[in-house]
Amino acid sequence: MTATTDTLPATAKHRGWAEWLDRQSGPVMVMPAVIVLLCFAIFPLLISAYLSLSRFALAPGGFTLKFIGLVNYRKLLTGSQQYHLLGKFGDMGVLQWGLLALIAAGLLLILARYLLRGRATVLGTLGRIISIALAFGLATVAVATFAPGGVPGTAINTLLYVIIGVAVQFGLGLGLALLCGQPIRARNFFRVLFFIPLMVTPVGIAYTFRMLADMQKGPFAPLLRTFGVTEWSWANEAWSARLMVLIGDTWQWTPFMFIVLLAAIENQSRDQIEAARLDGASGFQIFRDITWPAIAPVAATIVLIRLIEAFKIIDLPNVLTGGGPGLATESMTLHSFIAWRTQDLGGSAAVGYMLLFISTIACVSFFNFVVRPARRFEQ
Amino acid sequence: MTAENRTLFRRLFEPASVDSQAPAAQVITYALLILWSLVVLVPLYWVLITSFKGAGEVDNGPFYIPFVDFTPSLDAWNFMLLENNTLGPYLNSVVVALVSTVLAVLIGSLAAYALVRIRFQVKLAGVAIFLVLLAAVIGAVASFGIAWELAVGVALALFVIALLTLVRRTRLAVGNNDVEFWIISNRIMPPIVAVLPIYVMFQQLRLLDTQVALIATYTAVNLPIVVWLTRDFFAAIPLDLEESAEIDGASKFRVFFTIALPLVRSGLVATFLLVLILAWNEYLLALFLSNAKAQTMPVLVSAQNTTRGPQWWNMSVLIVVMIAPVVLISTILQRHIARGLLVGAVKG
Repeated sequence: MTATTDTLPATAKHRGWAEWLDRQSGPVMVMPAVIVLLCFAIFPLLISAYLSLSRFALAPGGFTLKFIGLVNYRKLLTGSQQYHLLGKFGDMGVLQWGLLALIAAGLLLILARYLLRGRATVLGTLGRIISIALAFGLATVAVATFAPGGVPGTAINTLLYVIIGVAVQFGLGLGLALLCGQPIRARNFFRVLFFIPLMVTPVGIAYTFRMLADMQKGPFAPLLRTFGVTEWSWANEAWSARLMVLIGDTWQWTPFMFIVLLAAIENQSRDQIEAARLDGASGFQIFRDITWPAIAPVAATIVLIRLIEAFKIIDLPNVLTGGGPGLATESMTLHSFIAWRTQDLGGSAAVGYMLLFISTIACVSFFNFVVRPARRFEQ
Repeated sequence: MTAENRTLFRRLFEPASVDSQAPAAQVITYALLILWSLVVLVPLYWVLITSFKGAGEVDNGPFYIPFVDFTPSLDAWNFMLLENNTLGPYLNSVVVALVSTVLAVLIGSLAAYALVRIRFQVKLAGVAIFLVLLAAVIGAVASFGIAWELAVGVALALFVIALLTLVRRTRLAVGNNDVEFWIISNRIMPPIVAVLPIYVMFQQLRLLDTQVALIATYTAVNLPIVVWLTRDFFAAIPLDLEESAEIDGASKFRVFFTIALPLVRSGLVATFLLVLILAWNEYLLALFLSNAKAQTMPVLVSAQNTTRGPQWWNMSVLIVVMIAPVVLISTILQRHIARGLLVGAVKG
């Protein structure tokens, strides 16, 4: 091929090259994206896997890596770092065991119903077993660390941010979207105003909420003083500190739910709603039977998008509380960052991988068990 | 209940027409919406007025309204913008966000266009061999101390040989949807997993704490979003124009730049703005990859938080200058940015 083109005149050779490029245009167009992702996602991911299986130590003139197998993971799950990732287990009472039994029964029921429906596939069963095993494992850890005497670790903190945060944001966003969807004036004004927090830099939000929540000099301090709260500080208590992080996160992310749900509500057909109203349907009936089915697929999708991002939380806890008091507000990403800062690269990579496992299984499960059925529902 | 009362009751609680709300319901709706407006505005208002306060106004506070209960001053602004090193990180943020966004949108839309318009067949065996060789190279270099140039060379040679012999004979291939899914699924990966090796990589290349490192990394993390959004904009434009241009002899690249891109202009603007703001706000990667020279605004704020934490007035100036551009952009161009979000969410 090259030999023949070499003998051709320069212009023809040039045309030959251009023609080749045009024929290969597909791969050539995709290649930059693939190379960038290989360099900054796949390659680092593999290296990280190796790091998480080895011990990193600084040595004269550089560093050494020693392959140590699953030691880093064992340390996090059962060893000296267990308190950090999973937390300190409390005393399991009747209540705790009962709760666990209830959760186990519920999860097994879901699996049994799937298997008995007679359309079970090997892949579907396997996927459900993995999801259920993860859910039960995390539920066990949550119940045990919230038991008296227990202290939750970073995995449970992250889950709290994800589950409570996303649920509250979705509820508020849906409520605001329904309110804004009413025939009101100035809808565009509210839409623009409510959208702003989504775009504000999270680090800035964190510091701003630190100022707002200050018990001595903040804007709400006089109000609190009239209620007689003077000595107490939210930063010293685990739950109030977590609440502050959740408030900041909710302030930022409610707009996302709001703006998308409002668009979905505006898109539904007006005729149906007017017909229902003429028939005397109440507002709640209209929502349940007309609006909700119409927006369910979009709702499921934005919750999924939000889930993916929520697992990565770090800016708010790091600036707002520094992860404290103790470990109360530390997320898994922050945990990994702190391990990295103390030169424990193996441990840091292992925490990162644990987060990758949890968030991937959670997001894929949510996609398969919620988003897909919601879309089928639409058709 | 008298008849007069009954009509008043009805007028309050029943809508006048199908297309309107009852007055009572309307009052509640507006009250709730105004309440949330306050929730949105109070933090922004507070950080803005705090930037015009001084130590006295903050420590003896709280004071709420400038000129009424405290006298605003520009001292903090003078100090932070002229004496403190704020402009350096600000410039870094601007350069990194703009350049990485341009790159991500360019590379991403090119890939998205190709994935929408050109059929792909990627042999699964080729992908598998590539991954095995990559893992082998990493293992060999890390455990046995083999020079990385040698390992990469051998692996590359093996890969080419495999491509020409083994892979050709296999049938199993993945198509456009799989490639697209793979690109988008990269967004699920928490950045903390990838950032450690990226850190080491830039350290070896002596690019740590430079704008180049940040630009390259931001381009990569935002690429999946660009592909995800722009693919739909491209899929929505009619084929005829491109086809007639191709019949006239225009190359695929020409068609892309002169016909397809201009047609999806407004979609590109939406994607650009969204990615720009994401890059501007990014924190974790900048925390790892920059410390002094290439520091961006979010890292500066978080670093000053540890040293100047109690100096609310100075911190507020930093935050105001950091969030002012994004608040302005999202207020003025809300329609465009929201469009990007909607396309992503509605299609999923």
